[in-house]
Amino acid sequence: MDIYKKSIIELSRLLQKKELSSLELTKYFLDRIRSFDSKLNSFISINEEASIEQAKLADKLISNNSESLLTGIPVAHKDLFSTKGILTTCASKMLENYYPPFDATVVSKLAKVGMVNIGKTNMDEFAMGSSNETSYFGPVKNPWDLETVPGGSSGGSASAVAARLSPVATGTDTGGSIRQPASFCGLTGLKPTYGTVSRYGMIAYASSLDQGGPIGQSAEDCALLFDEMKGYDNNDPTSNSKFKNEKIKLDLKKQDAKNITIGIPKEYFSSKLDVKILDVLNEAIEIFKKMGFNIKEVSLPDHEYTIPAYYILASAEASSNLSRYDGIKFGHRCDKPKSLEDLYLRTRKEGFGKEVKKRIMIGSYALSSGYYDEYYMRALKIRRIIRDNFMSTFENVDFLFAPTCPSTAFKIGEKSSDAVAMYLSDIYTTPVNLAGLPAVSIPVGFSNNMPVGMQIIGNDFSEGNILRISHLFQQETNWHKQTPKEFDCE
Amino acid sequence: MSKWESVIGLEIHVQLLTKSKIFSSSSTMYGKDPNKQASYVDLGMPGTLPVLNKEVIKKAVQFGLAINAEIASKSIFARKNYFYPDLPKNYQISQLDLPIVEGGYIEIKDSNNANKKINITRAHLEEDAGKSIHSNEQNCTFIDLNRAGTPLLEIVSEPEISNANEAVSYMKKIHSIVTYLDISDGNMQEGSFRCDANVSVRKIGDKKLGTRTELKNINSFKFVEKAINYEIKRQIDLLEDGKTIVQETRLYDENKDVTRSMRSKEEANDYRYFPDPDLLPIEIDKKFIEEVKESLPVLPDIKNEFYKSNYNFSDDQISIILGNSYTTNFIDQALSYSKIEPQKVVNYFISSIYAKLNKEKLKLSEGKINAKEFCEILDLIENKNITRKDLKNIIDDIWSGNYDMQNIVEKYSSENSSSETNVDDLIKNIILNNEKQVQQYKSGKTKIIGFFVGQVLKEAKGSDPSIIKDKIINFLDSI
Repeated sequence: MDIYKKSIIELSRLLQKKELSSLELTKYFLDRIRSFDSKLNSFISINEEASIEQAKLADKLISNNSESLLTGIPVAHKDLFSTKGILTTCASKMLENYYPPFDATVVSKLAKVGMVNIGKTNMDEFAMGSSNETSYFGPVKNPWDLETVPGGSSGGSASAVAARLSPVATGTDTGGSIRQPASFCGLTGLKPTYGTVSRYGMIAYASSLDQGGPIGQSAEDCALLFDEMKGYDNNDPTSNSKFKNEKIKLDLKKQDAKNITIGIPKEYFSSKLDVKILDVLNEAIEIFKKMGFNIKEVSLPDHEYTIPAYYILASAEASSNLSRYDGIKFGHRCDKPKSLEDLYLRTRKEGFGKEVKKRIMIGSYALSSGYYDEYYMRALKIRRIIRDNFMSTFENVDFLFAPTCPSTAFKIGEKSSDAVAMYLSDIYTTPVNLAGLPAVSIPVGFSNNMPVGMQIIGNDFSEGNILRISHLFQQETNWHKQTPKEFDCE
Repeated sequence: MSKWESVIGLEIHVQLLTKSKIFSSSSTMYGKDPNKQASYVDLGMPGTLPVLNKEVIKKAVQFGLAINAEIASKSIFARKNYFYPDLPKNYQISQLDLPIVEGGYIEIKDSNNANKKINITRAHLEEDAGKSIHSNEQNCTFIDLNRAGTPLLEIVSEPEISNANEAVSYMKKIHSIVTYLDISDGNMQEGSFRCDANVSVRKIGDKKLGTRTELKNINSFKFVEKAINYEIKRQIDLLEDGKTIVQETRLYDENKDVTRSMRSKEEANDYRYFPDPDLLPIEIDKKFIEEVKESLPVLPDIKNEFYKSNYNFSDDQISIILGNSYTTNFIDQALSYSKIEPQKVVNYFISSIYAKLNKEKLKLSEGKINAKEFCEILDLIENKNITRKDLKNIIDDIWSGNYDMQNIVEKYSSENSSSETNVDDLIKNIILNNEKQVQQYKSGKTKIIGFFVGQVLKEAKGSDPSIIKDKIINFLDSI
């Protein structure tokens, strides 16, 4: 019955009609993980026993008719969401044996509606990376081409959903870590407005930028998952209570399109972009035009300062956030420390990988006395300017299109020795994080047989609208329904 | 006369009296088993986030208003980064730019007993660290994180304090303000009130400050005085020998009465302060400040003047009354209820309730007795229904919780009044049955009174002889 291809709503219907139990569904996906994941390495741990228990519980909810659309549906969590009593590594040796004593808010919210946590997905170590090559547990492969990266840092989540090892997955996006892997793997991924999804229990990389969100096959699946992930949380002081916490209705009709204007920032669609990707994006924009949307060229300046500002701010926050891994309370501890200093130095030298150490050093430097104004303060100013630029653009247009990445998925190892080239792969995604805005990446075609993604960026709390627009597009197109050949079988 | 003068600035750390910690819901209770009051947030577990306790803001604003300072309409928390095992996140959440309180001043007496203004630079909020307990026997260090996250208000003075005595007066004044406002218990043994002193010396007349040293973590008025005096002498001795002062942090060793180098400026941390991205700026609106201002008690300095000029209370009496706001309120209410003269009210209070609280480490805020009830008891004394000794017993009874006030008043009133009628009858009987002695009295032998008193006391044990004597004379004169 090709269960792996089905959308959440289709699966939910099968569950509700009792044509399929959550237990069967869960076992089905656990089997797929067992058969296929050795090729991909998209999971760090598989939640075999507990997921069976959760599935049985979901079946009870369904038989009591107290289910929601997500009840009984398996979900995979990026391995930086704390899961009570379940290994949570952040793909780092530092947390190789860390079992959190509590659940992240996102995890408990999804468990509460009866979703089944089938496993924890691989990622870049502490979410620092754009290719999933910095994981202590080895790189993740892209299901579309096993020689290439799935993107990062939520690479495991994207790879797992693309190979249909899980119907949906959670991810986090600090500089593009949901959208870029979604784009590389032909998926839909939503980075919500900063403050809509609780960060409590999400292991921090850069607190002012980190935001959890869904990765799925379609805008519809993402909307369903996002509906249950979002919401004000007392435990997160940056959680925002201003938005309306109501379920998203994907009710946008073609005749509404004429009332919506979408801007194309000329700086983002310049000749610097790969020609083949530019062609794919332009074709997609043509489809939006045909659907009736007003498309307008706009300017979004200062975009070249984004990457340096992002890497200074994110690294500065990371250098402080990661100080707590010192070998004293939890996580890795070096063998037989000779002194306190020796304990600190060796624990951190052994526990952190190269990329993490690099960012701790960049961040410590940017905050150190004498350099703070030059780096950290200046980066903060750029951040403000970038947000202001977005805001003035939104006075003229309702939404913005942007490429998700300057290239399609690159080969494993291709950029790992060139940090700047690697960092530049986030050039179209990081401005959105600096501005705190919501953006979705949707699949819009292929270039050399590899998926190409495009972003739709909206103003604060416009997740509903950007998902509605994406959904309308996905009713006209089939890009989101493609499955990589090797995994397109039971 | 010395050609040197000392310049001192104090940083006082005050633990704020809140039920829960500044960024978590754990209790701040002192003296519990190690690590029993440390939540996941206090432990710095990955993924946890600080949630600000609003009560802390109110207390900081109260302090700011009490010292006539500016309350920041927008204030931000910053991270102070340094590694230490009892600092679980390896950064302390504190404030650098935009502290909650800026400016303000207090007044102390200088060595000529003249008023001297000491300006306060700022007061900012931060979280306390845990405690490291080093064990030589077991060759290891234990960490107790119960204190981690306890709210602190760090009050920084301008370098305007001239000597150790002024430093102690300044510290005592701050202590009285924070305890009076009930924003801290001010308990120095338990570390609720501790101080760092920045000390430097310079030639009299020099404008430029000398190189300073910082004396860390002094937790008593006595040690502050001793440590500063030692440090001033040490610095002057060095300078007179032509040596220079090294800018460093020093610790006061109370056993040997010396200060010792802890770390020099070169070894000092670069704290890499930056705004804490987990916490939004604190915004304090004018309305909130006005509300706090209205609920603020009249401060000790003003009360002091009032008591002196209106009641002529002594300094000792006043210092007891102003010990904390509960006592002040209690006395103020008692003074308004009681018909007895104010001096007596205060003296009764000090000899009964205050003595008991002090001896048994109890608190008036427990609410065992209110001012009105206290005045009712005083009325009983004044009407000679009970003695001063009874007062002490009654207070003991009240604290032991066996009595309610109504019963006490009724019991002592009826007991004593019934025994009074008995005494009257007894006197009457004794006098009428001893005609010979009555005749002697009538003939001028007034010493015979002693005989009657003795007879009465034999029967009515524990009665006040002077009262008996008065009653006997009255009766003898009436027949």
